Amino acid sequence: MSAKKESKNPAKTAVKEKRQVAAKLIPIYIMGKRYEVPEGLTIMKAIEYAGYRFIRGCGCRGGTCGACGTVYRKPGDYKLQVALACQKTVEPGMYIAQIPFFPANRAQYEFADLTAAPEEVFKLYPELFRCVACNACTKACPQGIEVMDAISALKQGNIAEAARLSFDCIQCGLCTSRCFGELAQYHMFQLARRIYGARILPRAEHLAEMVKTINEGRYDQILDELKHVKEDELKKLYQEREAEPMAAGEDWKPKDTRYL
Amino acid sequence: MSYLGYPDFFEPYIKKVEQTRPARVEKRKKGDEFPFMSLEERQEILKHHPDYKGEGRREIKVGPNKGYRIAHEFVDLLEARSRVDPDKVDLSRIDYETDVLIIGGGGAATIAALIAEENGAQVLTATKLRYGDANTMMAEGGIQAATKGGKDSLYYHYLDVMGGGHFKNDPDIVATFVKQAPDALQWLENLGVMFSKFPDGRLEAMHGGGTCRKRMHYCADLSGLEIMRTVRDEARNRANIKVLEFSPAVELILNEHGQCAGALLYNMETEEYLVARAKAVILATGGAGRLHVQGFMTTNHYGATADGIVLGYRAGVPLAFMHTVQYHPTGVVFPEQIEGWLITERFRSEGSDILNVHGEKFVNEREPRDVESARFIKECLDGKGVPTLTEKVGIWLDSPMLDILHGEGRVRTAFVGKWKVYDRLGIDISKAPMLVYPTLHYQNGGLKDNAECETAVPGLYVAGEITGGLHGENRLMGNSLMDIVVFGRIAGRNAAIFVREKAKEGKLTLEHVERYRKELEEAGIITDRVAPMLLPDYTRPEVKEKQLTVSYLGTLR
Repeated sequence: MSAKKESKNPAKTAVKEKRQVAAKLIPIYIMGKRYEVPEGLTIMKAIEYAGYRFIRGCGCRGGTCGACGTVYRKPGDYKLQVALACQKTVEPGMYIAQIPFFPANRAQYEFADLTAAPEEVFKLYPELFRCVACNACTKACPQGIEVMDAISALKQGNIAEAARLSFDCIQCGLCTSRCFGELAQYHMFQLARRIYGARILPRAEHLAEMVKTINEGRYDQILDELKHVKEDELKKLYQEREAEPMAAGEDWKPKDTRYL
Repeated sequence: MSYLGYPDFFEPYIKKVEQTRPARVEKRKKGDEFPFMSLEERQEILKHHPDYKGEGRREIKVGPNKGYRIAHEFVDLLEARSRVDPDKVDLSRIDYETDVLIIGGGGAATIAALIAEENGAQVLTATKLRYGDANTMMAEGGIQAATKGGKDSLYYHYLDVMGGGHFKNDPDIVATFVKQAPDALQWLENLGVMFSKFPDGRLEAMHGGGTCRKRMHYCADLSGLEIMRTVRDEARNRANIKVLEFSPAVELILNEHGQCAGALLYNMETEEYLVARAKAVILATGGAGRLHVQGFMTTNHYGATADGIVLGYRAGVPLAFMHTVQYHPTGVVFPEQIEGWLITERFRSEGSDILNVHGEKFVNEREPRDVESARFIKECLDGKGVPTLTEKVGIWLDSPMLDILHGEGRVRTAFVGKWKVYDRLGIDISKAPMLVYPTLHYQNGGLKDNAECETAVPGLYVAGEITGGLHGENRLMGNSLMDIVVFGRIAGRNAAIFVREKAKEGKLTLEHVERYRKELEEAGIITDRVAPMLLPDYTRPEVKEKQLTVSYLGTLR
């Protein structure tokens, strides 16, 4: 097979090219101070390359925790832009400042007391109505969430829509940092999602049934026996267990019902 | 120039994937699966797993597990000095006083806090980074529980967990786990977690590697984020749960009765060491991916540095299952910006093929994680990996199949988190496959405990990734998120009960730290290493050689 050869040679040449490319340094300004870093790095890795060690402003390093909200501006442009430091690649001349914390207002509430009435949300967050629909929040969202639409939905009492629209929110707070009306959108959305999940989405009845069955002791003996089965016998049971096919639908039923 | 967002270099390789795709989709539609390995074949393939490399580990010379062979990176931390000289700590000056001290700020810690509070305890949570910054936040795939009585039961969940762990798991812990899982899921539902559901409220569910029933429930592909932000929100509503951020624990504090009675905290910003006294302590510091065992890239959070393992071990808690480390089969190898980033197993659960450089299948995509990873490594050793621009090799994960199998838009909607990140890098993963390689993902083992989350030290409880026993030698997908809920709740409850019924007033002590130091000395270990590590060090050597401060303390300078 020639494929093996083919798979190695281009890689080596490419690596050489890549190394030459990697040697190219570009200037960036970390909180106003100039450093030269290799192009192609994320802002986070570039800051580390410069010699910083993060305590704040660094989290999952994979775009899901919201710890590394960053504001930047490119030379010759008046516009402030936002990004997650772990996701955005550096560009020449970028001015970078991180916002690792934002002192936004979060309402305290007793979740058990909430019913899903929109007025409850209005009462907890009266500043909701300070929104002037400028859309700065949406422009500031590194997740591409339609933040203003979700706020509008909430203003109209449509909690479900606000919950769905905001589902990808990583609560970095960048929307809030740019908000003219000083709304803490991400805390409001958190409230909306919890109300939606617990009070609006229909409950999983099969789950409640299973919990009841377990509490009635249906599986106590089976589990007790399993705990004491010897390894060889356990392996046998393991290999004999019937597998639900990948393509099976919700209505699939196993042939063996002894242990259900 | 680029092809589907990848540099041109990849074009011929992607085209091979495209050539074989129509036939593979047809097979998939017919239910024609690549055969699973037998238990014997699995054992054979596992020889390629990094855990089986003898040179990757050594015997630890001190502590309760003296003689146990585990990865060098763990031994390095366990055979290290304390960050403080215990004699210099004034334990009579108490900075924080609480009933239950929780060390860690992720899922297990937060859930334990909620339940401890509900059981009447004042809770103080001390965490190294921001509250909620933890591996929980990054878990994507889902959460396992047997909830569909018509086709699933605790019996099958139990067997799956045991089989995944190579039948070495602690049976008591597994039995408690599968039994409590449905109730834990309902608890989350009550808190308002937005599970992916059918219109009638039935939970959507799918297979994961090593499951015999579809019991992987999920919140789109952001399950961990949704669970973490929900429980954190609830904790913020409770006046009796206080949180100290950027304040990791660096030693446990015991009392004269041998009970765990607090911890020495380190304010990373003011560099002060502070004494927190408690009547019970829960260690929930999570995992260790940032140790980069055997040089592997990792999916883990910045703070995953095994701190709690060091603290617990010094206080006398033995280790369990630390000889195995989980490499997730599918971490990103390219693009470089997201190298090591986790691609959820759900891509495979939904039917994305795993392919070599020729665009051929060589393994069923749903083997247990260790087997799957070992098989990937072997394929690459055999020269059938896909080369990259950085001397690395990868394996294709053919995500575009999902749009063909489940309808246009499936990848965009069911994997919105992944899609967006790739999209920012110019790659549409509903059109182009993803290039992956095994990545350091999970600490299968940890501190030894029992089904009540109790350890060898009275008053010290553990929960979540820091523990060892539930997952045996290999964890299955979806069992870590459930682990933190089930055992976070148990730890919280039992710690609160300990506070009420067993905790005794007594003089605080760090004698165990001094004893451990002596043991190191007697074992002939002379080292500058300091543990816990707290933060990984990604400083370049060129910068490092100019950092000429006379004395360094671990990774802090």
